Amino acid sequence: MSLWEILRFALRGLGANKLRSGLTTLGILIGVGAVILLVAVGNGSSLKIKESITRLGAGSLTVSTSTTGRSGGPGGGFGGSGQAESTAPRTQARKLTLADARALVDPVNAPSVESASPVVNAAAATATYAGTSHAISQFVGTDPGYLKPANKVVASGTSFTAADVTEGRKVVVIGKTVADELFGVLDPVGRQVNVGGSLFSVVGVLAASGSSSSGFQDADDVAIAPITAVQGTLAAYGSLSQIVVQSRTPEVVDAAQAEVTAILNQRHGITGTTSDFQVFNQASLQSAVADSSETFTVLLGAVAAISLLVGGIGITNIMLVTVTERTREIGIRKAIGAPRNAILGQFIAEATVLSLVGGILGVLSGVMGSQFTIVGVKPVIVPSSIFLALGVSVVIGLFFGSYPANRAARLRPIEALRHE
Amino acid sequence: MSAPVLGVHGVTKVYGQGETAVHALSGVTLTVERGDYVAIMGQSGSGKSTLMNILGCLDVPSTGRYLLDGTDVGLLEEHQLSILRNRRIGFVFQSFNLIPRMTALANVELPLAYGGVKGAARRRRALAALDLVGLADRVDHEPNELSGGQQQRVAVARALVTAPALLLADEPTGNLDSRSTQDVLAILDRISHAGRTIAVITHEDEVAAHAKRVVRLVDGRIVEDRRQAAVAGPPPNLLTGGTR
Repeated sequence: MSLWEILRFALRGLGANKLRSGLTTLGILIGVGAVILLVAVGNGSSLKIKESITRLGAGSLTVSTSTTGRSGGPGGGFGGSGQAESTAPRTQARKLTLADARALVDPVNAPSVESASPVVNAAAATATYAGTSHAISQFVGTDPGYLKPANKVVASGTSFTAADVTEGRKVVVIGKTVADELFGVLDPVGRQVNVGGSLFSVVGVLAASGSSSSGFQDADDVAIAPITAVQGTLAAYGSLSQIVVQSRTPEVVDAAQAEVTAILNQRHGITGTTSDFQVFNQASLQSAVADSSETFTVLLGAVAAISLLVGGIGITNIMLVTVTERTREIGIRKAIGAPRNAILGQFIAEATVLSLVGGILGVLSGVMGSQFTIVGVKPVIVPSSIFLALGVSVVIGLFFGSYPANRAARLRPIEALRHE
Repeated sequence: MSAPVLGVHGVTKVYGQGETAVHALSGVTLTVERGDYVAIMGQSGSGKSTLMNILGCLDVPSTGRYLLDGTDVGLLEEHQLSILRNRRIGFVFQSFNLIPRMTALANVELPLAYGGVKGAARRRRALAALDLVGLADRVDHEPNELSGGQQQRVAVARALVTAPALLLADEPTGNLDSRSTQDVLAILDRISHAGRTIAVITHEDEVAAHAKRVVRLVDGRIVEDRRQAAVAGPPPNLLTGGTR
């Protein structure tokens, strides 16, 4: 009794009931396909987040004033979490100043820092142009170095220059949303907008960012102007809202964070653990998001694995029915001299063929399904998931098929023959 | 003289136990020589089917010994039993018991497949067996495309294809019309004449008339053992030259 012979018997047995075999195969197909597809979707969204981490202000740090006394040490990431801590307000708390920002660009004490841009945020800035008005949610006064860490790219026109900052020229770079709201189809570059009573010339329009680092507000509803132009008109002189620091490479962002903290500690005369500023590392927030997306992938995979298991139970069920239904046939085969191993082999082969065919079709459908974009995510196939799902489906066939096959092989010929 | 094909010594078979025990066979002793054609007769419940199952190694006796071709079957393992059933015994059942959705040829090839005979030789032997029962033109038909008589002839071909020492037939004509009955009995006569040992279970006198020897069972005991023709000679129907 060769292996080929056993396989032929198995195929003939399966062919005898095509609909049933087909439906059982479908169960495994869906299971395997779901594992591959869902893991690919999870992997795709995880990759997308990782990509946006590097794109979205990789290596940028934001220094802001802290009123809670949280230490701005390395790794200090999510600003909101410390707010519940009850710390006595410090009378000596100092605001961030332009001098602080300049001190951070120091090749000796802060070799990892490329640039440090002071930022002031104007409160309620309403811009009007030719009768159209729009409330800009984020009106930022800064210097040209701000664009890189904030991941802003000028799409048309130019950015303002260091000279504009020095001379306090009223020029502005506006975001896509602002451009659309105020100018519609017109080219905003070269036109003047009235912001809170001051006229600003638009010199550039930013590219649509598509995603926002903060997640809740429209990242394109923004206007960026020289800090010297904003202070005194739209915002008060004096303290800064933030200092945005760009590290030389994304890899040295932790070193940059330590240097920034050390310099500011020194300048603000801070010795203990409490501090009047905090350094916020965007990448750490993003990596938290990436972690949760990996958890999501595992969850999706688990759900798919369950459906694969259900498919396997379907195989057991069908094989049990088949064995019961073909008890008489098993009796005949035994009466004409079929050894136990031949019967065992035939039924295990039937179950394995079902699961293997289902597995292969599942791989095909999973791979094909991964070519489409699903809920905004481009699935990226994890090769190991293919081998794992296919391997598991074969093991399922062997494992779930062996119980019914054993039952068939153990049948005593005389009882099997009497079975109606 | 070689060992008898069948040696049954004091075989009993009890189903159930205690007060509800049923004695299907209570001490049967029977020896069948090579080339004999035995009809085992009896009413239903006389134990003839139980005897048949024991002779076919499908069931084991409660007590007693059973020798097939000189081998004590009671000492064999499951694996050896399956080889024994494959090589030494050919079965013909009352209800044909062909495997559905397999062609006549595939059904006849099946015992050879289990016996490990390879492709070309298997096909040749299966075709020869089908030719012997006169179904050479029906090899590609499935059982449901064949008449009862044709199905039983396929079953006879399947039983003979491994050239077994013993052909066991359990009511082979029980489900057949008289014409098909004649066909099957004529085939059995020819096989017997060719020297094959046959044991046929029946309750019909017409079938028993073809045998060289008639054994009658009542309540699990042999009550009559009548010889109708010599072991070495042709079966009675061929002896007289008549085919009725």
